[in-house]
Amino acid sequence: MEFFRSHVLICTGTGCTSSGSRLVISGLRKELEERNLEKEIRVVETGCFGFCNLGPIMVVYPEGVFYCQVKLEDIKEIVEEHFVKGRPVKRLLYSDPNTEVKTQEFENIEFFKHQKRIALSNCGSINPEKIEEYIAKDGYFALGKVLNEMTPLDVIEEIKKSGLRGRGGGGFPTGVKWGFAYKAKADQKYIVCNADEGDPGAFMDRSVLEGDPHSVLEAMAIAGYAIGASQGYVYVRAEYPIAVERLTLAIKQARNLGLLGKNIFGKGFDFEIDIRLGAGAFVCGEETALLTSIEGKRGEPRPRPPFPANSGLWGKPTIINNVETLANVARIIRNGWEWFASMGTEKSKGTKVFALAGKINNTGLIEVPMGTTLRTIIYDIGGGIPNGKKFKAAQTGGPSGGCITAELMDTPIDYDNLIAIGSMMGSGGLIVMDEDTCMVDIARFFLEFTQEESCGKCPPCRIGTKRMLEILTRICEGKGVPEDLETLETLAKTIKSTALCGLGQTSPNPVLSTLRYFRHEYEAHIYNKKCPAGVCKALLSYEIDPEKCRGCGLCARNCPVDAISGKIKEPFVIDNDKCIKCGTCMEKCKFGAISRK
Amino acid sequence: MRTLDELKSIKDKNEKEMALRSETGRPAITVHMGTCGIANGAREVLNTVLAELKERNVTDVHVTQTGCPGLCHKEPLITITEKGKNPYLYGMVTPENVKRIVLEHVINGHPIKEWLVNLEK
Ligand SMILES: Cc1cc2nc3c(=O)[nH]c(=O)nc-3n(C[C@H](O)[C@H](O)[C@H](O)COP(=O)(O)O)c2cc1C
Ligand code: SF4
Repeated sequence: MEFFRSHVLICTGTGCTSSGSRLVISGLRKELEERNLEKEIRVVETGCFGFCNLGPIMVVYPEGVFYCQVKLEDIKEIVEEHFVKGRPVKRLLYSDPNTEVKTQEFENIEFFKHQKRIALSNCGSINPEKIEEYIAKDGYFALGKVLNEMTPLDVIEEIKKSGLRGRGGGGFPTGVKWGFAYKAKADQKYIVCNADEGDPGAFMDRSVLEGDPHSVLEAMAIAGYAIGASQGYVYVRAEYPIAVERLTLAIKQARNLGLLGKNIFGKGFDFEIDIRLGAGAFVCGEETALLTSIEGKRGEPRPRPPFPANSGLWGKPTIINNVETLANVARIIRNGWEWFASMGTEKSKGTKVFALAGKINNTGLIEVPMGTTLRTIIYDIGGGIPNGKKFKAAQTGGPSGGCITAELMDTPIDYDNLIAIGSMMGSGGLIVMDEDTCMVDIARFFLEFTQEESCGKCPPCRIGTKRMLEILTRICEGKGVPEDLETLETLAKTIKSTALCGLGQTSPNPVLSTLRYFRHEYEAHIYNKKCPAGVCKALLSYEIDPEKCRGCGLCARNCPVDAISGKIKEPFVIDNDKCIKCGTCMEKCKFGAISRK
Repeated sequence: MRTLDELKSIKDKNEKEMALRSETGRPAITVHMGTCGIANGAREVLNTVLAELKERNVTDVHVTQTGCPGLCHKEPLITITEKGKNPYLYGMVTPENVKRIVLEHVINGHPIKEWLVNLEK
């Protein structure tokens, strides 16, 4: 066995790959070879650490030094100073956005300190392309335990008692669902992993597949044993090439070791997994649409019941689980249901992964115990709002969810509390908005998304969302009329109760939730023709204060549409009919004479 | 894969290789590699430490480097740290005697008192 004095872990997830981690890795390998250090220092490619906006990320063991935004040009210095002389390169360490204090070890960085990584525990700490590293972290021992020591009913009971609920959005108890499929009588049953992840801005599932693909495969085999299925499919969107590549490799490696295939562990259990690529339609994440898509037909939802657990793929009992749900399964089997049930709130156990985005200092992927408050997520983990702005609201559940306002910041986040405040857990997108965000505009943005993604099968969703979007657009353009709010509410209620699938049923949520908490903003748009946050262009006007204007003419020269006129040394004026509200003049004015109203 | 034992042997082998990425509870060796240390042969010492650990199939001992601790006349220096104990500082280390330090102190747990330069602690 080679002895390496140092392991250098570099993220090759989608985030870091796009910020150049591949270049860094090849540069580092070359440098190490030139200095004859390649037998002392091992380079390990890993999955996502979660700190994507600071990528490429590099962690050096045994010290655990955490480097951010490492560039090819930094390699020589890192090798010379750190690997040869043992002096970590200070300028590449993480620097706290508020205090500017530099932190060396990654466990001590605030962003990681308040997290509890279970589904993500291997992401960033093992090489996802080596099944041996997964096994070294107790991988496939849960499958071994299940096949050697447990009956299918024992497995289902264990998952039920753990309190695990579906992470794909619905929050349905996983063990109960498995129980339905177990009871269903059929010659063939299926396990499907839902890796469609269509929620805009969400990338939890992608990171698990890229960073720890075997955890999903192992769980699918366990689920297969529990319900009596011998075939599994991972339905993953084609826009996730790295995830698809790693999954393909992982399936091959597991087959080679006999952890998938025939007679696993010599216990007479057969299980195969294949990949099915999705084309990226949001509606294909809905379980019945997903199944139709796997069958090779157009991905449209169908009415339930029958539920897939009784009649799914090709009419056979089928369990569909989300990637993150599955990523918890082997860990529950290994550590026992009590361990899992000891985390979280009364009805929501374990942890939840969130993709933190929007107006927040630390964007990225985080995993926290259920019941963590939004305050902890935003201020402790997220490092607060940039540029000293005020927090306004956070959207959970993406286009199907709603917003959490500042007053509700201390609500413990779990499935039931989020529903109670008019939002939902969804798959884990968490978008932070500051005082400069217009809530009407946000509602319009999400509705535009669902309206575009509506499959068109049922009229409430196809026509209803279109009408709602027209009204919202009208309000944003300053053409709203007083009846609009009532019409919106009526439409929302009708769509919610009559649309065929979850896409339509939840599409009015962003509108209802912003109407509930920010009705005054809608009213300002309609009655006063003002956008309080200064976002909706049609409602803005730029004005020059004649007192402050020195008549330099800089604004007029920079206006792209010649909307500003005047004589040098006399106050200039803006023609608001010509003005396209680009804001350039305000940026350019040296005397602060231009304001936005 | 036919048995759990087969899986276990894959785990054991790879867990050892990955031990570097976690706290192992074993002593850690720090080689002082300031300019003075390197001039006095610290690189040789480091190479010997690595070769010795490899030969003895030890993978969970952390080996790191650091700068000069200020005792330039005693270079090359190495420090052995164990959880909850004062660090042991060895001076004028040579490739020859570092092999004994690795074996007796790091592997068997008996510091070699006469070679320590911070004996008073
Ligand atoms: C429009 C729509 C999109 C969905 N997209 C996803 C998705 O991308 N990933 C996912 O796991 N579940 C998605 N779901 C939820 C699935 O229908 C299903 O409930 C889930 O995959 C079940 O797995 P779970 O019990 O492990 O959460 C979506 C539902 C709807 C209505
Ligand atoms: S609710 Fe929308 S997405 Fe769902 S079936 Fe109807 S039209 Fe299609």
